[in-house]
Amino acid sequence: MAVNFVYPEYEAVRNPDRCIACRACERQCANGAHEYLADADKMVCDDAKCVNCHRCVALCPTRALKIVRSGNTYKENFNWNAKTVDELYKQAGSGGVLLSGMGNPCDYPVYFDKILLNASQVTNPSIDPLREPMETRVFLGAKPQTVERDENGRLKNNLPPQLSLSMPVMFSAMSYGSLSYNAHESLARAAEEMGVLYNTGEGGLHENFYRYGANTIVQVASGRFGVHPHYLNSGAAIEIKMGQGAKPGIGGHLPGTKIVGDISRTRMIPEGSDAISPAPHHDIYSIEDLRQLVYSLKEASGFKKPVIVKIAAVHNVAAIASGIARSGADIIAIDGFRGGTGAAPTRMRDHVGIPIELALAGVDKRLRDEGIRDSVSIVVGGSIRSSADIVKAIALGADCAYIGTGALLALGCHLCRTCYAGKCNWGIATQIPELVKRLNPDLGHKRLVNLLTAWRHEIKEMMGGMGINSIESLKGNRLMLRGVGLNEKELGILGIKHAGE
Amino acid sequence: MRREGDVRIPSGCAISGFINKSGGRLSGETIIKSIAVMRDRSNGLGGGFAAYGIYPEYKDCYALHMFYDSPAAKKECEDFLERHFDIVNLSKIPTRKIKEITDEPLIWRYFVTPLPTKLADSQLDEREFTAKCVFRINTRIGGAYVFSGGKNMGVFKAVGFPEDVGRFYKLEEYEGWCFTAHGRYPTNTPGWWGGAHPFALLDYSVVHNGEISSYDANRRAIEMYGYKCTLQTDTEVITYIIDYLHRKKGLTLREISSVIAAPFWQTIAKMPPEERETHEYLRVAFSAQLITGPFSILVGFEGGLMALNDRLKLRSMVVGEKGEMVYIASEEAAIRAIEPDLDAVWAPKGGQPVIVRLNGGEEAWR
Repeated sequence: MAVNFVYPEYEAVRNPDRCIACRACERQCANGAHEYLADADKMVCDDAKCVNCHRCVALCPTRALKIVRSGNTYKENFNWNAKTVDELYKQAGSGGVLLSGMGNPCDYPVYFDKILLNASQVTNPSIDPLREPMETRVFLGAKPQTVERDENGRLKNNLPPQLSLSMPVMFSAMSYGSLSYNAHESLARAAEEMGVLYNTGEGGLHENFYRYGANTIVQVASGRFGVHPHYLNSGAAIEIKMGQGAKPGIGGHLPGTKIVGDISRTRMIPEGSDAISPAPHHDIYSIEDLRQLVYSLKEASGFKKPVIVKIAAVHNVAAIASGIARSGADIIAIDGFRGGTGAAPTRMRDHVGIPIELALAGVDKRLRDEGIRDSVSIVVGGSIRSSADIVKAIALGADCAYIGTGALLALGCHLCRTCYAGKCNWGIATQIPELVKRLNPDLGHKRLVNLLTAWRHEIKEMMGGMGINSIESLKGNRLMLRGVGLNEKELGILGIKHAGE
Repeated sequence: MRREGDVRIPSGCAISGFINKSGGRLSGETIIKSIAVMRDRSNGLGGGFAAYGIYPEYKDCYALHMFYDSPAAKKECEDFLERHFDIVNLSKIPTRKIKEITDEPLIWRYFVTPLPTKLADSQLDEREFTAKCVFRINTRIGGAYVFSGGKNMGVFKAVGFPEDVGRFYKLEEYEGWCFTAHGRYPTNTPGWWGGAHPFALLDYSVVHNGEISSYDANRRAIEMYGYKCTLQTDTEVITYIIDYLHRKKGLTLREISSVIAAPFWQTIAKMPPEERETHEYLRVAFSAQLITGPFSILVGFEGGLMALNDRLKLRSMVVGEKGEMVYIASEEAAIRAIEPDLDAVWAPKGGQPVIVRLNGGEEAWR
């Protein structure tokens, strides 16, 4: 047998005084990490198989289990750190591209954590959302360019198509296929209950979910999986996926093992075939091509639905967004470099793209400088982790936030980052029926509703503290932000002052 | 010390105003008496007045009121004015020396009409041409500042208590059908007279009490339409929003009230269908012009006066009526001081506009 160069990074520690050898952990682990030794009447664990998803930890009735860093270390080296060395060993062993799940975990700056919010003191009153109305409803879409009246002088409703949301949050695109049926059902039902929207991702829309159409964004990606006229007309909006923050410049890849049953039918591709989205849309090699697709989709949907163009936050994002705003798009979605994914080449995920905070600030400023900020709404994701991130994003200039990873966490995801393996013990990123049924949509959607309800209340509290009683007065209100520990250049790009100024 | 405009200064305030609905003209003495009652609401760091109907002899000319820091700035500005306008008359604005008002800049007044050739070349209407010239002077000519530029109206303002500012400008010598007044309580020294209020653009003038929490959202939105917020004050951005919605977008004042002090969604939901649709439209189309946080404003305009509170009514504002006169002030005492025997006194609700027009005219839509 070949020597395995890589020692497990984490190990499952079992407290023998607590373990009752009930074998729950063994049953829960799809990776086969836990094993019962009948002769010795005890449980053992192969740490090499453990992905650190905490399913066994959460389900252990006696709290006998915990996962800790194994602590095995190479000779210390800041240049050749353990991660770098392990990755190299893996590639030398396999000859393959490294694959990762979920968003970029590397130690790059998180600008949201270096921005602080304002509150009213003395000169104007803070507002208590429990006593006064506090509005979080947002509309996404272009503003009318002119005011028109009928012969009686009444204002004509010349608004372009709008999305109405009870709060500035939507569930971002995660396809059926990468996610389980139950995960999708949870998202769709939560979106409906909260008056927000979820996004089909690029895998089409399962026939059972057409009933949630009013709360659905249908996505059109480069693979065009599951796209047909009925699909385009069944949602509240259509999103063209040009890029994704986790893997800018490449398309999605769903392995054939996940293309089973309903997923094959929904995507309109044969069972077992890999669903490989091309890196670009092959009918969009330039900005004028994008305009044609935007208008094709508008034609196909009777000009009744806003069209969203989603791009990854890359270096030239401001100019790209400006081009998109002039291409007939109603909404631009920008996905930061920390955005999640079911599977991405590790190098792309960890080294391509820019932080969403900087991308957002740059795009908002550019669109205002060009006088076209009214032509589009801006939605940001990748990554929005809390209500505070949302408030900061809106004050920087966003209209709304997309949450993906956060929503999966609410469903039980523990960020083990091995979605691509298809053996998600939480029933989220898997198509194995026994695993899928672990996620009960009744409970899953309720947890999502809880999360958004809590965040909405927190958003109201923060707005009230600032003396703002409607979310539109927060949008782009950068005086409500101050930076801490940021340099002049960073403050300049964010368009905010430093704390104390 | 940095001048106001380089730094944003919050302030509390007193406001008062009145209008004679039939256009009868009253002396400026009256408004001084009214605002003086609310001395505690000012701190001596800013006071001012807007007066309508005071220049009937030049009613077709734009009356530019100017502050100059130096004779050089005056020269440069006058050169600019001569290139763009026919200057019908010019003079110093009459003032009286009083010990309470010091450090005055050079204060001049020009009655002008746009040069027809320049106007035609610009492809703008007369008002837009004039507004653009005002912005040009205020942003490009250092040391020159237009603080009033409407027809048959004028703003008079300074650093000091408002009653002293009124005496300084000999306001008793002017007669108008509408006056507004402002006493300011800034947290910082403004550093120059431009920071005092009213703030005016063309014939729109605004006095405002409050500190709006939506300021930077409003500022960044309005600057996209070519306005420059050089003073960083609430009053400035409110004036620009009103000018944008009224003059450029053609909304009525009532519609503007529904934009800047919009009814809550829960209120809109209960409206009859037509009304609901209008309010929804205004909120969605002009969401960036919603103003939150406390404000009470008096908006003077060609042909009338409007008063408006923020939608939660976080600032006091009272209306008094007597015959042809309508009085509006932060405190009832300021009204009683000039008209003790009122027919009616009432407090408008948050977001409920009070629009008073000369000769009872109704505003037509354009």
